[in-house]
Amino acid sequence: MRFLSESPSLHAHCYRVLDDNGQLIRHSNFIQVSEDIAVKMYSNMVTLQTLDTIFYEAQRQGRISFYVTTIGEEAINIASAAALTLDDFVFPQYREPGVLLWRGFTLQEFANQCFGNKADYGKGRQMPIHYGSNKHKYFTVSSTIATQIPHAVGAAYSLKMDKKDACAVTYFGDGGTSEGDFHAALNFAAVTEAPVIFICRNNGWAISTPTSDQFRSDGIAVRGQAYGVRSIRVDGNDVLAIYSAVHAARKMAVNEHRPILIEAVTYRVGHHSTSDDSTKYRPADEIEWWRMARDPVTRFRKWIESNGWWSSEAESQLRSSIRNQLLQAIQLAEKVEKPPVKDLFTDVYDDLPPNLREQEKLLRETINRHPKDYPADVPL
Amino acid sequence: MKLEMGTGTALRNIIGRRFGHGWKRPFSTATCDVENQHSANANTNAKSINLYSAINQALHIALETDPRAFVFGEDVSFGGVFRCTTGLADRFGKTRVFNTPLCEQGIVGFGIGLAAMGNRAIAEIQFADYIYPAFDQIVNEAAKFRYRSGNQFNCGGLTIRAPYGAVGHGGHYHSQSPEAFFCHVPGIKVVIPRSPMQAKGLLLSCIRDPNPVVFFEPKWLYRLAVGEVPEHDYMLPLSEAEVIRKGSDITLVGWGAQLSIMEQACIDAEKDGISCELIDLKTLIPWDKETVEASVRKTGRVLISHEAPVTGGFGAEISASIVERCFLRLEAPVARVCGLDTPFPLVFEPFYMPTKNKILDTIKATVNY
Repeated sequence: MRFLSESPSLHAHCYRVLDDNGQLIRHSNFIQVSEDIAVKMYSNMVTLQTLDTIFYEAQRQGRISFYVTTIGEEAINIASAAALTLDDFVFPQYREPGVLLWRGFTLQEFANQCFGNKADYGKGRQMPIHYGSNKHKYFTVSSTIATQIPHAVGAAYSLKMDKKDACAVTYFGDGGTSEGDFHAALNFAAVTEAPVIFICRNNGWAISTPTSDQFRSDGIAVRGQAYGVRSIRVDGNDVLAIYSAVHAARKMAVNEHRPILIEAVTYRVGHHSTSDDSTKYRPADEIEWWRMARDPVTRFRKWIESNGWWSSEAESQLRSSIRNQLLQAIQLAEKVEKPPVKDLFTDVYDDLPPNLREQEKLLRETINRHPKDYPADVPL
Repeated sequence: MKLEMGTGTALRNIIGRRFGHGWKRPFSTATCDVENQHSANANTNAKSINLYSAINQALHIALETDPRAFVFGEDVSFGGVFRCTTGLADRFGKTRVFNTPLCEQGIVGFGIGLAAMGNRAIAEIQFADYIYPAFDQIVNEAAKFRYRSGNQFNCGGLTIRAPYGAVGHGGHYHSQSPEAFFCHVPGIKVVIPRSPMQAKGLLLSCIRDPNPVVFFEPKWLYRLAVGEVPEHDYMLPLSEAEVIRKGSDITLVGWGAQLSIMEQACIDAEKDGISCELIDLKTLIPWDKETVEASVRKTGRVLISHEAPVTGGFGAEISASIVERCFLRLEAPVARVCGLDTPFPLVFEPFYMPTKNKILDTIKATVNY
């Protein structure tokens, strides 16, 4: 009689390509990345970082109501996006705007959603950072945790049935893996043999809950085997490791019709959101250490610079250019009017049912009687 | 082959099912001729079949007419615990008709993803009593999928089917009527058929409707409701209630299996000179207020009946709406004859249920108010 131990004798191996100084680890095997792709990845990471800094500030100034940063997780966002193709469908949690950025969502489009103006594709219905873009195959963010994971499995099944050279990809945090939907999705993916990549950003924190209060397994990667899903643990702050792992995962998912689970180990440098002050539950010096010593952006910069593909001139030029574009995007987005009040009622169904037509009529009568109760920037 | 129909006579068997103390639950004899109007034409082939066979026919047609339609859920592959999915896997293959793991949140979550890619995802939940693990996916995801995306995405191709309602011996977990929970969710539709002929046409409409739909099938009627069902592909409109018995003294509103009980009460009331108008709501949200209101304007009285517990049941919504619209016309308070505010009991089922006599007593009390 032999019980399987609750924990493996060795932690699951963590795949890495670059060391902390951005130098290739000897004998590491990885997919070569061209200068173009490398520089594009780096520029996107810098853009994401700058976007976060400026939009966070905008929230602090009261210009937008809410914001969520991706600080510390730029490598996961950009490198995973770069390893996918534009035919793949993305089901994000909410800390993956970099995937959308890589695919071509503009700074203006980000700003429009955060301001909920009439150019927002979401028609002003959701809080900031709830981006979605069908032309980029990026499903709209919802605040609910892990609900997107089984969606990705159903979508992947559809792609398999259509024999597409494409997969579904879904992202979630360490906290999300405690939800029932995570468990349900991995199990369904294995049984239905769906070409889906599950990418877990294990960043150590679910708001104030550290992973020691979240689970007792050896992280997330080991759970794959429990469902019959192939998995890997990767250094989430290593661009080349993420790129290679996602590239390999995609190939297996599409060619073998199998799900893959990737645990990207990282750290959430920023607060959970603008409604959070993480110094209340973790030491400030821990945050600083991860922000400085283990910054994925700096680490990758060292590598591209050592290849002669980047310079400090290029750096300052990029940062100031992005900064200006962002400030302009915000100024513009702030001035654009909100969507009209009719968009309160549309899209609940494909068509307006009688109860909503009636409610709109009554609402308009109320607005006429009490115009001061209503914001001036929402056209009637 | 012409559809043979005696005037006002149903071609259904009225087989009561004895339970304990001689308590009988017949099923609807309601107006074949009214239903007949919805058949495409008089030369349609129709066979006398039961409810689960009618559902099965609808599913066969759905998969045959749309190569992107899928049927999935627990035990659907061998035909399903109620035989609604018989023959589908053999005919359409196991990539389109397949068992899922035992996980309702997964069934619906997977279904949403499938539907979001433009497929018709027909998900089965084995009993409505087990739909709750999927409630988050239905309320927070399916219902809001189109709206929150600014109409960039939608999961309109999703249809969730579940057997609901009393079955004589189901107890807490094989008898529930959870429709009220779902009627409070903008963005989905809730549809409940009363008969085999209705079920086939309504289910096909639900499957093809561009909005996510929850379709509750009265399990009591799966075998026992038998009726003429046209063999061809036909659809019945959603959000249109149907007057299945005309009357002038009181309006009764119901859905699903309860209509047959209400109908028996109407027949008995007629012997006492009370003329009852009976309406099948069919779609609970968005519901057809106009038809109900027009009837109440005629009769001045309304009685709503459902198996689900009375407090917070969907009857409350109908009552409030009718009072808002028809207050001065009403001759009596709106009456509700519903299940009790208890979990669905086993031995006490006959006491819990809104029986014919409870309805009849309430009809008389309302008419004599």
